[in-house]
Parts: sequence; structure tokens; C-alpha cells
Amino acid sequence: MLLSYLPLLIIALFGVGAFYASRARISAAPQRALPGLPGHYGWYGTLWTVVPAALVYAVWTIIDDQVIRNIVLSDFPELSGAAATLLYVSIENAAAGVMTDDVPMASVELLLNLENLSAAARFALVTAVSVLGFFWGWRRIRPELTARDRVETALLVALFIASIIAILTTVGIVLSLVVETFRFFQLVSPFEFFFGLEWSPQIALREDQVAASGAFGAVPVFAGTLLITVIAMLVAGPIGLMSAIYLAEYAHPRVRAVIKPLLEILAGIPTVVYGFFAALVLAPSLRNLGVDLGLTISSESALAAGLIMGIMIIPFVSSLSDDIMTAVPMSLREGSYGLGATASETIKRVILPAATPGIVGGFMLAISRAIGETMIVVMAAGLAANLTANPFEAVTTVTVQIATLLVGDHEFDSEKTMAAFALGLTLFFVTLALNVVALRVVQKYSERYE
Amino acid sequence: MVNASTASSPQPKLVAREVSVFYGEKQAVFDVDLDIMPREVTAFIGPSGCGKSTLLRCFNRMNDLIENCRITGSMLLDGGDIAGSDVDVVQLRTRIGMVFQKPNPFPKSVYDNVAYGPRLHGVAPTRSELDELVETSLRRAGIWDEVKDRIDQPGTSLSGGQQQRLCIARAIAIRPDVLLMDEPCSALDPIATATIEELIDELKSEYTIIIVTHNMQQAARVSQKTAFLNLGRLIEFDETQKIFTNPSEPSTQDYITGRFG
Repeated sequence: MLLSYLPLLIIALFGVGAFYASRARISAAPQRALPGLPGHYGWYGTLWTVVPAALVYAVWTIIDDQVIRNIVLSDFPELSGAAATLLYVSIENAAAGVMTDDVPMASVELLLNLENLSAAARFALVTAVSVLGFFWGWRRIRPELTARDRVETALLVALFIASIIAILTTVGIVLSLVVETFRFFQLVSPFEFFFGLEWSPQIALREDQVAASGAFGAVPVFAGTLLITVIAMLVAGPIGLMSAIYLAEYAHPRVRAVIKPLLEILAGIPTVVYGFFAALVLAPSLRNLGVDLGLTISSESALAAGLIMGIMIIPFVSSLSDDIMTAVPMSLREGSYGLGATASETIKRVILPAATPGIVGGFMLAISRAIGETMIVVMAAGLAANLTANPFEAVTTVTVQIATLLVGDHEFDSEKTMAAFALGLTLFFVTLALNVVALRVVQKYSERYE
Repeated sequence: MVNASTASSPQPKLVAREVSVFYGEKQAVFDVDLDIMPREVTAFIGPSGCGKSTLLRCFNRMNDLIENCRITGSMLLDGGDIAGSDVDVVQLRTRIGMVFQKPNPFPKSVYDNVAYGPRLHGVAPTRSELDELVETSLRRAGIWDEVKDRIDQPGTSLSGGQQQRLCIARAIAIRPDVLLMDEPCSALDPIATATIEELIDELKSEYTIIIVTHNMQQAARVSQKTAFLNLGRLIEFDETQKIFTNPSEPSTQDYITGRFG
């Protein structure tokens, strides 16, 4: 075990050593105008010592499991696929000290030997590469070396790799969604999915099971998302915008300094907390209110979920709108006041029109957040896929259905599981389209103040 | 009402008596007494930070927008108070218009920029009256011929000098008595500046104009009276010709000959 992490320790120690050694080497060289500070030469030495060795360590670690597995299983040419995997897992368990029956002890021995051999070889190789790298760098450290440029380039490459990782991850997620969705659409027709009015993903285990239709019409699910989002925006839009106007135009700086962070705390409350507040406090009170008024309000209602979600996304609207309004130049306000406009006339006729693109952006962000929100609706909106516009009834949303479909034990290739991917991909495209539209609106209508 | 004495010596349009302005603890303007005569151009000159803009902004109460700004003393427009806390500031600003240092057209069309004030105050209730008022204002600001074909384009798409004349048109569309101009040419090139100066000269037949300027040649060219301020105090206030040829105060002499400021 120690042997597997020892190379990393070696690399780190060598790296530190290389820094000081290289810096000392350049400092000892005949002084003249160097194309870099001594520290740059130090980093140059460190890079040569660390990077190749670390790459070797990474590559070795990634491939050695596969190589060992192939060697061990070559004794059992008659096994393949799942049977081979099963055998190999039990050999591994035995090697780790968890005894299972019917394990060929010879293979266990072989595995342990190979693992030790691999670790030792890796240790030797990494150390050798590190030392070689160090001397390679050392030889090149001369006053003519443009160490500053080289180190800057290395930094640039590191930054580029970091951004590539983020992009590749996104691409990978989208690809896996696309593949699974494609498989889903081979089992269920896209026409049924996009236009079907009935959502009931339970597959019958027995012929006579209740609600065993197994229907995958996603319209009610998306309608539920739409209904809850609309309710949430009806709450968050006016309240968020008005609080932003107050903060940006009327509030004393000291008041603003207190209220703005407090509002932003709303965005920091875990959504599950909002969820049980909606389910345990708001929904029952709405229901009781409904009884008093003679209305039928279901105890899991779109209204309760939407109201709470609206509260949650207020900061998305207010904070961004406030920033945008504050950024409207003071000269425009003075121009308006100078023509005898009052504060509210100035806001209505100058500030809000000038700030519209940013405000639209804030709204779009809030809508994306509302569409993607899961915990509140899981707890407060319910699971019944009713196709209704009545906010007093229980509805379900895309995110709730995804969560429900993937919770528990399912075969990974059942329609139920893959339906979750189809829902996820559709949701992804909806929010993507929203973001693109928002970006367009912002670009098209953004005012040039100059 | 017209009698010999008022005709020969007209009443001042604006009067300031012992006006002091404070930003918090700091005093920016000290006991200024000033009479601004109607239909004349009065220039405020002085080195940076001498309080000339601050004093100008007292006349239409723009300093109300600044936290901690406090004004003492009395200020009158046609004999009516403008400094008191019970003055209707909206009403006051319709009578005293303002043009700012940097052209600040609203991000709206040229038409809507000029129509902004009239719409606020219901000056021209019908569309045809408003059209006429917009055209007259743009004509009076000497920019009609340049913008009449793009009256629906955003005001921000005009050149700097055109924007400033648009702002002047916007200010005179509500038919004020007084125009305050806070360094109106400091952001403009010499040709645009010359156009604005000509315009100021024409406008003085109808409006009382106060202009703050850094440019002493400009003050000499456009104004009839000049007030020289230094360190928040009014040093000298007289006919422009006298200020620039034969000032009474040595520090005025030093400033206009470029020895400081």
C-alpha cells in the first residue's frame, strides 16, 4: 500500500528540491540581465522534474489494473464476459483478505505477486523519470534560457487543460443523455413521448396489477413544470423587481448594505428546507384556507410548491436587476431630474427601459432555476401526473419524475430508467433554449449609454 | 405695469444672497451674493474645485440628489423663493432647465428625448402639438436639419456635438426661463464647440443663461457677465469685458492670464 503512494511523495520532494537547486544554479551563474527572475528558473526545474514523472505515474496507474487482469484471467481461457468478471472479483476479494469459496489459490497468489511487482516497477520508473527530468532541466538552465516565457507557457497550458476538463465533462454528460434517450426511443415512440397525454411509467409485474399501463406521454409532466414555474414567477417577478427598485433607487446606502445580503441569503437556504417548509407548513395551511373559503385545495398542490419556489428565486431576480439598475449612469438620472421628473417617473421612463436587458436576463436565470428545481416539488407538489391548469390540484414535474424513476432498484435497461434520460435531455434543451433566448434579448436590446 | 424705472433697470432674474453650500462638514461655497440679469449669458469661471458647478446646481436644486449636501442663504427666481424646503422642486426645474457636462441623451429616439419633458408635464397634449413642439425645439437648438430624417433613431447614435444640442433641445422643450449649462462643451471637439457657442448666443434672446466653463476664451466669447470664483468664494463679478481687460482683483488677473488654475 505504501509503495503505491510513495512515488507521489518522491515526485513532490524532488520537485521542491529541483526548485531550490535550479534557482541556486542560475544565481551562481555569471550575472547579467536574465530573461526571468531566479524563481522562474526554479519553477522551470520543478516542471521538468515533476510533470513527466507525474504523467508516467498516471498512465501506469490507469493501465496496470487491466494488464494484471488480462494476465490473471489468461489461465481461464474458457471464461468470458460476466463469468470472467465474477471470477476476477472473487480473486480480488480473496487477495484483499475477504475469503470466498472456490477461489483458485494459484490465481490469488499470481494477482498478489503481480500487484507487488507493478507497484515496485512503477516506483522505480517514476523515480528514474523524475531524476532524468531533473537533469534534463538542469542542463538547460543557463542565463540564455527564457525561463519566464517557458513558465508562462506552462501556466497557459495548465489553464487550458482546466477549461477543457469542464467542457469535456459537459459534452460527456450530454452524450450519455443522448445515447440513453436514443435507446429509450427505440422502445417507446418519440410521438408518444412528446404528445402523449398520459404519464404512468410503472411497468406491470403481474397482468392484473393496478395502474399498470406503462404510459410514457410526457405532456402532463411538462405541463406541471410549466404551471409551477408560472406560479413561481408570478411571485418572484413582481416582488423581486420591486425590491430591486427600492434597493437601487430609494434605499439609503446603509439600508441597502443590510438588506441586499439578507435577500441573497434566501438563495443560500438549502432547497430541501424550503421543501419541507412547503410540505409541512404552507400546504396544510393552504388546504385549511381552502376549506374555509369553500375551495378544494389538495394537500399536495401546485400552488404551495410554486409559492415557495417563487420565494426561493426572488434573489435571482432582485439581485441581478439591482446590479443592472445601479449600473445605469448617474448622468441619465440627472438628465431626467433636471427636466422636472420625479423619482418614480425617472425609474419608469429612464431607468427601467435602460435596464430591461439585464432584468430580462435575471428573469430567465430565475426561470431556469425554477424549471430545474427538484427538492421543493418532490416534497410539495406530488407525484400524480394530472394534466391540469388548476393550481389547487397536485401536479408533478419533470425533475420529480426523474428523481422518482431513478430512486430504488431498477434494471438499467428498463424503459422506466431510460425515460428519465429522455426527460433529462428534453429539460436540458428547454433550459438551453431559454438561456440562448435570454442572451439574444440581452444583446439585441442592450443600451449603449455612450 | 411697465414704467420707466423697471424698463431702464430690469429686475434680476435670479438672486443669490449669502449662499453657502456644505458637503457634510466640508464647506464648498462661502457666502456668495449674485444677481443674474435676464436675457444675458453669465459665465462662472475659476479653477477646478472652486465650487462653480456646485453653485450652478443650487439654482435648480440638483444638489438635493447628493447625500449630506446642505445649502444656507436665500435664492430667488423672479422674487420667489427657490431654496426653501417647501419649494416644489418639480415646478422649479420646469422653469430652470439644465444642460450637463457630458451629453446625456436618454437611450430613446431623438423624438422621445425631446418629448420627454413635455410628456411629463402634459405641455402638449395632442400628437400634433407634440410634433410641433419637438420640431420647434430641435430647430431652436439648431439641429433640426441634421436629425429630421432620423427622428426615430436613438439619440445615442448621434455625434457628441449633436447629442449636446439634442440635450439643449430637450431642455428648452419645456419652455424654461433659465438655462443652466455645466461645462457644456468640455466633452466636444472645437467645431462642435463653435456650433454650441453660436447657439448659446442665439438662445440668449429668449433665455437667461448661466454657463460654467473651464475655457476662458469661451467665457469671453459668449458671456456678457462673468463671475470669477476661487476656493468657494466669489472673487469678482462684473461685465465680461471688464473682467478680461481690467479686473479689480489681483487674483482674477492672475487666473485669466494663466498664472494658476
